[in-house]
Amino acid sequence: MQEQTAVLDSSGRFPVEPRSSKGLFSLFQRAPTFDHGIHPLEHKELTADKPIRRLPFAPELIIPLSQHKGKPAIPLVKVGQEVVRGEPIAQADGFVSVPMHAPATGVIRKIGLGPTAEGPKAPAIFLKVYLAAGQQVLYDQEQDPEQMEPEAIIAAVQAAGLVGLGGGAFPSHVKMIPPAGKAIETLVVNGCECEPYLTCDHRIMLEQTESLIRGIRIAMRATGAKRAIIGVEDNKLDAVAHLRARLPQHLPITAEAVQTKYPQGAEKMLIRSLLGLEVPAGHLTSDIGVAVFNVGTLAQMGDLLPKSRGLIERVITVSGLPVERPGNFMVPIGTPVRFLLEQVGVKPNAGGVILGGPMMGMTVASLDVPITKSVSGVVVLEAEDENAARKQVYPCIKCGECLNACPISLNPSMLGELAQARDYVTMSADYHLDQCFECGCCAYVCPSNIPLTQYFRISKAINRKRKQ
Amino acid sequence: MAIILTAVGFMTALGLILAVLLVLANKRLFVFEDPRIDQVEGLLPMANCGACGTAGCRPFAEQLVKGETEPGRCTVNSKSMNQIIADFLGVDLGASEKRVARLACDGGGNVAYVRANYTGLPSCRAAALVAGGGRGCSWGCLGFGDCEQVCDFDALFMNKQGIPVVIEDQCTACGDCVTVCPKDLFSLHPVSHRLWVACMNLEFGDEAEHHCEVACTACGRCVQDSPEGLIDIQNNLAVIDYSKNSLASTVAIERCPTGAIVWLEADGRVVKGRDARKVLRKGALPVV
Repeated sequence: MQEQTAVLDSSGRFPVEPRSSKGLFSLFQRAPTFDHGIHPLEHKELTADKPIRRLPFAPELIIPLSQHKGKPAIPLVKVGQEVVRGEPIAQADGFVSVPMHAPATGVIRKIGLGPTAEGPKAPAIFLKVYLAAGQQVLYDQEQDPEQMEPEAIIAAVQAAGLVGLGGGAFPSHVKMIPPAGKAIETLVVNGCECEPYLTCDHRIMLEQTESLIRGIRIAMRATGAKRAIIGVEDNKLDAVAHLRARLPQHLPITAEAVQTKYPQGAEKMLIRSLLGLEVPAGHLTSDIGVAVFNVGTLAQMGDLLPKSRGLIERVITVSGLPVERPGNFMVPIGTPVRFLLEQVGVKPNAGGVILGGPMMGMTVASLDVPITKSVSGVVVLEAEDENAARKQVYPCIKCGECLNACPISLNPSMLGELAQARDYVTMSADYHLDQCFECGCCAYVCPSNIPLTQYFRISKAINRKRKQ
Repeated sequence: MAIILTAVGFMTALGLILAVLLVLANKRLFVFEDPRIDQVEGLLPMANCGACGTAGCRPFAEQLVKGETEPGRCTVNSKSMNQIIADFLGVDLGASEKRVARLACDGGGNVAYVRANYTGLPSCRAAALVAGGGRGCSWGCLGFGDCEQVCDFDALFMNKQGIPVVIEDQCTACGDCVTVCPKDLFSLHPVSHRLWVACMNLEFGDEAEHHCEVACTACGRCVQDSPEGLIDIQNNLAVIDYSKNSLASTVAIERCPTGAIVWLEADGRVVKGRDARKVLRKGALPVV
């Protein structure tokens, strides 16, 4: 196991040599990328050309109070109270927390335990929707973020309830403030969408370009970033061309293509590809002066902040081979997955349902779970896929495929053996288990079908429990 | 010849010097260890289970010799063996009531619905991380038997419905099952705690019963029937105040509609109330 030595230069960066592009070789050079990673089947053709549409409102919305990292929100409404679409229904509890807004006009039926994708029931607000109502957002107040102070923008971002819509669900306003003594120089806008099936970010870049650019400008103003780079995988070159044609010439915002490879959309990988910088293990991106935001988050920011509205809906991709009418939809937060699948139609050969992408998403145990702020898609797998996952597990043959796949250069083979030996302390102390972000590359390439990522998730859970 | 003499002389001198050094080091660095620690350790079961509250048998022996703990704290040793230790050290045996692990769930496959098939590693801890494991009741036992595997004393077995059963005679209250259960269903109790709520579901009424036929519905009948303050409904779950354990009787269980509150007899029988729903089903419920 090679020990990674993080040597920072004078500007606090971790230098990486730029890729050589000399002579004839430049002819064969592809878009920049990171080391290792995998190429799963994309299946993006199912929905890539489907414009974002709206669906009818579900009769009841379930809005969990903890859809974000940090403390759960505190409800502001009572059972039986009528709420108007866009009205705040829960307030933030402290700084690392965000408020919630009513995704539809209706009446609060219940405040109690509701289903979540993670499994354990958690407090949620149940909103019975008035299906005949006009569903207008009446909570508008014009403001011009371009004229506001950075602190005011950050407060407005929190008030809008914005979290990372790419799947992280980390409150966006927290990311805008660099740690003391550090400054954010570069804003990286993540339009990679490296997960198979998902196309919602692709459609946002094509259809909500105005909002996206406005959001980038707001985020640059709030963070003090001097430039912004939109990173897009080169399977979406139409989005790159579309963005380049519309980006304002006088601003330092560029759109760059990066190689199509999983997990290109992980923030540390994208920084490596676009800037040639490496985020040292155990550090945040802000330590090297970079902030990463998802295109969906910034498009919502550009849309909501000028009207000081709250986040009440998001774009998701509903896809998978058994889906009859796959597409990209703007759905209210809290829509149950069951209602969504009824709307798009599902063939009888459907197997598992995954919230998010198939690589890092969460399999759901019940279709009653709602779409939350961090869900970027609903993927329905074929029943055969599920059986394929049940293939027999063989012992590790030390082929080293997982070492070639791990984007952060861990040793999944050794970690897997340690997990089977239940030596969780060594995994964490000597083999950097805590750096693993569970991208699933190792388990994907393993010829012995060893569920490596699942082992690592258990090991991390046990280590967490032990520390308590 | 001179060379041999020089070599032998040199080696002898070197040996003597090192011997003197070793003798000095032995005198200077000697650590006195009570010989009784080794002897007491020899009388302990060497299970290193941690039930006594120390890291293993050696630290427990050290504490015994120092008089910081009592031989009775070892729950693995037989009573006569502990008495030998007590006689050897000339201390009291120390009366400690036998404690056992109790499971706060009775939702076997015949009464609790499974809502989704889980197909990963056959382990509770793995399943709990995938959408909570697929059980309708998100508090309930997953039934893959991590606790059975982890038990060093064969005091746990999975019954036909996939629920672990504790054999009280063999349980030493080491707490391994308490740590391993991802749903935190096990807890350690003195055997005198006979009144027991075998449920952790925090939902109310039909919502709880919708997923499991033996769930606590928070109806509150046990609270009404039992002496003041013995049972309380907290977060839609009956909670027994064991500081008033002497007041507990089978009266509390009689009117429970689902049989979530039970009376555990000393011989291992689980007594349900007269009004508890009779579950005749033996096979597993379908996955719906």
